[in-house]
Amino acid sequence: MSGGSVLLVVLLLVPLVGAALVGPIKDQATAKWSAVVVSVVELVLVVITWFAYSVPAAQNGARFQLELSVEWIPAFGTRFALGIDGFALVMLAITAVLVPIVLAFSWNEKLPEGRTQGGFFSLILATQGLLVGVFAATDVFLFYVFFEAMLIPMYFLIGRFGGPRRQYAAVKFFLYSLLGGLIMLASVIGLYVVSGNKLGQGTFTWVELQKMAASLPESTQIWLFLGFFVAFAIKAPLVPFHTWLPDAGAEAPVGAGVLLVGVLDKVGTFGFLRYCLPLFPLASQKLAPLVLTLAVIGILYGGLLAVGQTDMKRFVSYTSIAHFGFIALGIFAFSTQSFSGSVLYMVNHGISTGMLFIVVGLVIARGGSRLVGDYGGVHKVAPLLAGVFLLAGLSSLALPGTNSFVSEFLVLLGSFPRQPVYTILATVGIIFAALYVLWMYQRTMQGPLRGNAVLAALGGGRGDGPGTMIDPAVAADRGATGFPDLSKREIGVLTPLVVLILVLGFLPGPVLDVINPTAAATMSEVGLADPVGGVSR
Amino acid sequence: MPTQLPEAGQVAAASGVASLAWLLVVLPALGALILFLAGRRADRWGHWLGVLTVVAAFVVGLLIFLDTTSLDPAQRTREVSVYEWMSVGGLHVDFGLRLDPLSLTFVLLITGVGALIHIYSTGYMSHDPGRRRFFAQLNLFVAAMLVLVLGNNFVMLYLGWEGVGLASYLLIGFYQDRPSAATAAKKAFLMNRVGDVGLALAIFLIWQNLGTTQYTEVFARIGEVPPGTVLAITILLLLGACGKSGQFPLQAWLPDAMEGPTPVSALIHAATMVTAGVYLIARANPIYDLSTNGRLVVALIGVITLLIGAIIGCAYDDIKKVLAYSTVSQIGYMILAVGLGPAGYALGIAHLLAHGFFKAGLFLGAGSVMHAMNDDVDMRRYGGLARFMPITFVTFGLGYLALIGFPFLSGYYTKDAIIEAAFGQPGWQGWVFGLVAAIAAGLTAFYMTRLMIMTFFGKKRWQDIKSPDGHDYHPHEAGPAMTGPMIVLAIGSVFAGFLLTQGGRLATWLTPTLGPLEESPGGGMPHAVVPWLVLGLSALGVLLAYLFVGRRPTPVERPVHVSLPVQAARRDLYANAINEALIARPGVWLTRALVFLDNKGVDGIVNGTAATLGGSSGRLRRLQTGFVRSYALSMLGGSVLVIAALLAVRFA
Repeated sequence: MSGGSVLLVVLLLVPLVGAALVGPIKDQATAKWSAVVVSVVELVLVVITWFAYSVPAAQNGARFQLELSVEWIPAFGTRFALGIDGFALVMLAITAVLVPIVLAFSWNEKLPEGRTQGGFFSLILATQGLLVGVFAATDVFLFYVFFEAMLIPMYFLIGRFGGPRRQYAAVKFFLYSLLGGLIMLASVIGLYVVSGNKLGQGTFTWVELQKMAASLPESTQIWLFLGFFVAFAIKAPLVPFHTWLPDAGAEAPVGAGVLLVGVLDKVGTFGFLRYCLPLFPLASQKLAPLVLTLAVIGILYGGLLAVGQTDMKRFVSYTSIAHFGFIALGIFAFSTQSFSGSVLYMVNHGISTGMLFIVVGLVIARGGSRLVGDYGGVHKVAPLLAGVFLLAGLSSLALPGTNSFVSEFLVLLGSFPRQPVYTILATVGIIFAALYVLWMYQRTMQGPLRGNAVLAALGGGRGDGPGTMIDPAVAADRGATGFPDLSKREIGVLTPLVVLILVLGFLPGPVLDVINPTAAATMSEVGLADPVGGVSR
Repeated sequence: MPTQLPEAGQVAAASGVASLAWLLVVLPALGALILFLAGRRADRWGHWLGVLTVVAAFVVGLLIFLDTTSLDPAQRTREVSVYEWMSVGGLHVDFGLRLDPLSLTFVLLITGVGALIHIYSTGYMSHDPGRRRFFAQLNLFVAAMLVLVLGNNFVMLYLGWEGVGLASYLLIGFYQDRPSAATAAKKAFLMNRVGDVGLALAIFLIWQNLGTTQYTEVFARIGEVPPGTVLAITILLLLGACGKSGQFPLQAWLPDAMEGPTPVSALIHAATMVTAGVYLIARANPIYDLSTNGRLVVALIGVITLLIGAIIGCAYDDIKKVLAYSTVSQIGYMILAVGLGPAGYALGIAHLLAHGFFKAGLFLGAGSVMHAMNDDVDMRRYGGLARFMPITFVTFGLGYLALIGFPFLSGYYTKDAIIEAAFGQPGWQGWVFGLVAAIAAGLTAFYMTRLMIMTFFGKKRWQDIKSPDGHDYHPHEAGPAMTGPMIVLAIGSVFAGFLLTQGGRLATWLTPTLGPLEESPGGGMPHAVVPWLVLGLSALGVLLAYLFVGRRPTPVERPVHVSLPVQAARRDLYANAINEALIARPGVWLTRALVFLDNKGVDGIVNGTAATLGGSSGRLRRLQTGFVRSYALSMLGGSVLVIAALLAVRFA
């Protein structure tokens, strides 16, 4: 066991052990600071991992790096096997970046009665640890275990710390995910059985299963594919498996919502790329039209529904459903550009939607209402807040110069040659994105001060009704207290995200360099060549 | 398999002063960044930083221009590759700049007119509490516009394209208190995004067929692309141009964009950004050269737009909206010109530059008038202002004469050349394009004369009324920060046309990019007759305006009972009504229906199934208590099952 291979175990254990230690701490300040220290240590470890990961090695065909594999249950051939490729690395990175931000954001979060910040932070760390397991597992059974276990802390985060309808949302989230997980379990077992027949000895090892993939008959592949696919489609979520997300997103505390939409959902799209495509290449190609149809429906349907939302948190969830459509499109359009675009999209979506979720959370914390109609003209009292709202929105609509443009552009450009019709429809989706973002911005941030939540916060009184005007001078005075602009801590929370949005918009190179070799490897595992060769440099 | 890049013959890497081209973009971008981030600390000096960065960019642009003119024409196309922006597989997108006669021409226009308008704005915005934000956004615009024209590939173009769209959105919505401004800003962005879809799809098609987005590679190999695909690319690019340049059928956002501060209307919505569509088609001339049908569609769109813009311009009483529709119409001329192909590319650019001078000047003049009239835009409340603001009157008047094509002023050279070239088209096209363009020239003379008379001549209608905010009108001349740029632009309005077209100077300069300017093939109308026809129609327009407006008193209240054509023109020829009926209202209903469906239908089915399975929703709720324990139990049960299954398989 080399030094490098221990790294992933440490990455896995730090947040899990941290969660176990932080949970019981009675003093809230100590608990919170301990959790932050753990998350920062984890971030430093991920940075080390980033540099330990060798791009040239990946280009030369090393499928996984920093590998570690020990026997777990020898009787079934399950191994405790970890290893990362470029996709896993960037997902680990975005998780590690978001967790400290989430913790800092949730510092003074109003929690339901009887709940403590320490417990909340502990569950966040537990989620992070299990996510590391999901992304780093190279044994399919181990992946399944992490995939299911990940539900538990998230269930508690929503069910114990969430909004008024948290129980309903948590159970819904749970049932959906559990259903998907069980179907996937059937496929996991099926894979084991098939590998036993093929190789004489059943295995869960991803690399072994992948080698076997090409020789599996198409019908077998389709059945096994579907098991994984349903689980991932629920997680991602693709229309029509999506209805748990708006509820979960709306009821989850904002910090948990950021992780849920920002990272947890990406396990679904990550699963498509890591499990569906390489393990069942024929089935993936055969069923691609089905998935692409769902993806494009998701883009347009999610976009239109986002336009029509009256609840800001549900709005963010629906924008995400539209974005997941783009990611799925890129994955099932089979080109290096679209793969890389989709994975970069997963990272960027974590940043931009994470930020949008946080900003919406800041607005809600000030006004005490999730309803769009309760706000208006916020820019007058909180110009910085309005500014970051707009920036997060612009990133969400993939404006060039922001991070999301690069990924959305790569997805569409890469998908077009093989799937022009689906891509044209998806491209129309960028109009909807502009509409839902800018309309939301107009309704909540622009125009004269209005809306019950804003007026009540400023002391205008709830009885005044929508459309009541306050004298701007009076409002500006009240703004300092009633509806304050960003505090120093909030600026600190948002600054890293703002920087990432702009820097990755112009310099996506370092992230793409990590992603590209794995995208190329996945292409060859699917067994397809790029539809457009491009120009060699 | 990757194909080897063909040797891109005449494109050299830039050296010397040209290698500093990145400063052009970085200077205003840095200015914007500092102004956005500095906060209130920069309120006192921020506008001067804004002016400084653009002036500095102008100086850099001028140096590079002079450096380029000293080169042999064959060597005037140079590139600066700053870094690789995106690289995946065979896709390589440069963050690179292309310095050639076309882009440098635009650089001078953008930074030159941009600098003047920045200076003007220090006066115009001096009392606005949002002045720093204004200059930040204006600097952002200049940076994005420079990226648009300087980019050496279609993705850079797209970056600048949507970047100027953002700046335009921010500046149209600058007066954030006004709901109408926010709505206009959103409308502009959305209609532009419709066009952007076209531009994006064109880029995808180019990538699919050629495996690159770099101009040099695309233009060198566009001949390999099947004609049908080339036609598709030309039309998709045109869709992008229609969005950005307010051309039919995407013209409705531009008049609404007048909600922004007047300097913005001058710079973005008259002189530079809205001409980006013309730039795009001129830039893609190797593609358009290959498709006669593609060019025909471009010319048709231009002709339709120039006519509807001129018609609607006759009906408005809002001074900025008249100028806005005039802009729609004049860009229609430019689009018509570039739609004529090699016979028109350079003519379109010439009119674009001349228009940049006189229309920016006209807008600045309008801003000066508004400044004097309590920000009122209704010309029915003006009248007789010439005596009170002589500098504005003279500079505006020169811009007016330039626009209507008064002999030997700018428009006379640049617009008439387009009309001549249009008449020069073979067959029906020559007659239709030429006659419509000539008639629209008459309409232009009419609506502009009407504007002049209502504003500067006649009775002082403002004397007996108060502005809507309850103040008296005290018209006065603006300060030197505002009149200075107006004077400079007026000089440009007078001489630009002559200087640019004299001896084919501009066309020769642009030849390395656009190819030589070809003579029109020659249509039914003799060349010598065209100027007289246009002059006659324009004089008729002026005369009619004098008869209808100048000799009759203008009521302060807008007459309601007017003829059908006037009603139609007042309603933008029903463009907004059509958008509303065909897109907006069905969209709203569709959205509502889908939200209902998603809550009741999709979710309902799922919940209903769950409830049925659980017996009833009540039982489902009861299940929730202690759910975790039962989950743990089911996990355990599941695990046992798994292990049993595995054992069974293993020992079977």
